[in-house]
Amino acid sequence: MDNKMSTNGILVYIEIDHDQIATVSLELISKARDLADELGVEVSAIMISDGENKDNAAPFSYGCDHLYRITDTRLKFYETLPYTNLTAQLIRRIEPQIVLFGATPIGRDLAPRVASSLKTGLTADCTDLQIQDHEDRAKKKLYKNILFQIRPAFGGNIIATIISPDHRPQMATVREGVMKLGRANPKRKGQLIELPSELSESDFHNQFIDRLVGRRRINLNGADIIVAGGAGVGGKKQFKLVHELAETLGGMVGASRAAVDNGYIDAEHQVGQTGTTVRPKLYIACGISGCVQHQAGMDQSGKIIAINTDPDAPIFNIAHYGIVGDLNQVIPMMIKSYKAKE
Amino acid sequence: MSINLIVLVKQVPDTKNITAKAMKDDGTVNRAALPAIFNPEDLNALELALDIKDRYNGNVTVITMGPPRAANILRETLFRGADRCILVTDRAFAGADTLATSYTLAQAIKKIGNYDLILCGRQAIDGDTAQIGPQVAEKIGVNQITYVHKIHEIRNDRVLLSRNLGRIMEKIETGLPLLITVPASANQPRSYGAKLMMRFKRARTRLEVEAENDKDNLPAIAAACESLANRGLLIETWSAADLDADPVDIGLRGSPTKVKKVQSVVFAATETRKVDPTETGIRQLMAELIEERTFG
Repeated sequence: MDNKMSTNGILVYIEIDHDQIATVSLELISKARDLADELGVEVSAIMISDGENKDNAAPFSYGCDHLYRITDTRLKFYETLPYTNLTAQLIRRIEPQIVLFGATPIGRDLAPRVASSLKTGLTADCTDLQIQDHEDRAKKKLYKNILFQIRPAFGGNIIATIISPDHRPQMATVREGVMKLGRANPKRKGQLIELPSELSESDFHNQFIDRLVGRRRINLNGADIIVAGGAGVGGKKQFKLVHELAETLGGMVGASRAAVDNGYIDAEHQVGQTGTTVRPKLYIACGISGCVQHQAGMDQSGKIIAINTDPDAPIFNIAHYGIVGDLNQVIPMMIKSYKAKE
Repeated sequence: MSINLIVLVKQVPDTKNITAKAMKDDGTVNRAALPAIFNPEDLNALELALDIKDRYNGNVTVITMGPPRAANILRETLFRGADRCILVTDRAFAGADTLATSYTLAQAIKKIGNYDLILCGRQAIDGDTAQIGPQVAEKIGVNQITYVHKIHEIRNDRVLLSRNLGRIMEKIETGLPLLITVPASANQPRSYGAKLMMRFKRARTRLEVEAENDKDNLPAIAAACESLANRGLLIETWSAADLDADPVDIGLRGSPTKVKKVQSVVFAATETRKVDPTETGIRQLMAELIEERTFG
């Protein structure tokens, strides 16, 4: 197995979101490319859909070598059993040493079931993936070039490194926005492999009675500037100030979990371990104390400005600029001086 | 029609309120120093099951895998209206990852045998993996639907439900048996029923009976257990042997994933520049940021 492992590649599950390849899938192909180059192996991807998505070249331009496409008009909407069967089937066939999924609602439904059917390990919500050697002293065995899967655990209070030394494939899910999207090279070519779906009617169990698509989610991932409010904002009314500053600076509005729990703003604005992971150029934290769960979702921001009345708030540990003061006074001053300079 | 419901629950350390005291010097978490609570979303799964029980004359069996003290959350399910509780406990289960845990729970479900709907919380707050539901479904070979926030109707082995995929809401009709996972948004878990609490406060596992008696006095223990069982107050305890579990599939041995290393989260302290909350201070800061083209 060891011998074979060294040449087996990396497989990325491509998720289709409204006839388009989900951003997280391209981020994973970018990361898989880096890992594959380190291992000297190839990157494959599996795409299951009804064939309405047209951007088949994108996976190649981000580093995919082989794209396995399974098209079936009955695969318009994600359904656990047919998608699981097709994915597990391909994994058994091409025997990748690593398989990556986006930690989206669908990825988190699919990946565990696939891992269970393959009797292999799965690490959820990884924030980093590395290729390293692992020495098992008890067994006196050296595992060369295995996948170190790094993730927060225990509500974000610890960072754990997880390995699956004796099982293949090594599987992980990764949240959107955690891995950097590589630079697309439209000239890069790969091999498209069409696979028959071979599904029968009995493979489908769910009847879709109704399907409501909400308005486009606020895409905090792409924002260069995020102005976020926390419990310290104090109320829905005061939260208007956060919106105003974001609008003035051309940024988007984020929030801590406490602000969402208090009903100041919708959950789709939530930044942090249970919300969105962001890395804007500028992050302005208003009335956010900055517990580890929140920091885990924004500490990669280019510049962090923290406004808080409590000088001991943990957010000041990671802020580049700390303003100890009342945001009700500070924010209007910021708006005023920005407008004056513009 | 009577619907057989199984709810999978977990006792977890309260990770929301971790203090410095709960961290060991080597950076690992001292679980013993944290209060053990009912995993919040498992309460939502239980509530949904109890709601179905109320509507359709069902019966609710609750299973937990954990150390003996996990019996506490089983009693809580009895106080809320569960009909039967099973504590799956054995030293051989220690160190289980999600694959080994789901195998063990699946063995317990197979032993119960008769089920229409299995419910789990979306995820547990200690690991946040959301893997147990789908993996148990795979192990027992039933369909799964995750993030179910409403059961509209159950009729003739068919169920009509709604699930929440974030931006997308789906209304799906599918067949039973089925496993669903339930998010916090599904409902508001009920509190204890006063009568149920009076009735079940003396419910015990055999291990608890042993602890409350002289552990060498086997006849006394047997008599106490029998008396509890006769009154419906004995919480069943199943071991690895009871589950006919393959030793290679449980505990540390049955777990493909290993924890290589843990470290407590210490964010690298950044050098923070203090800015005065005055007109002058803010004006200077904004001027600098504009100068550096931070705003684009």
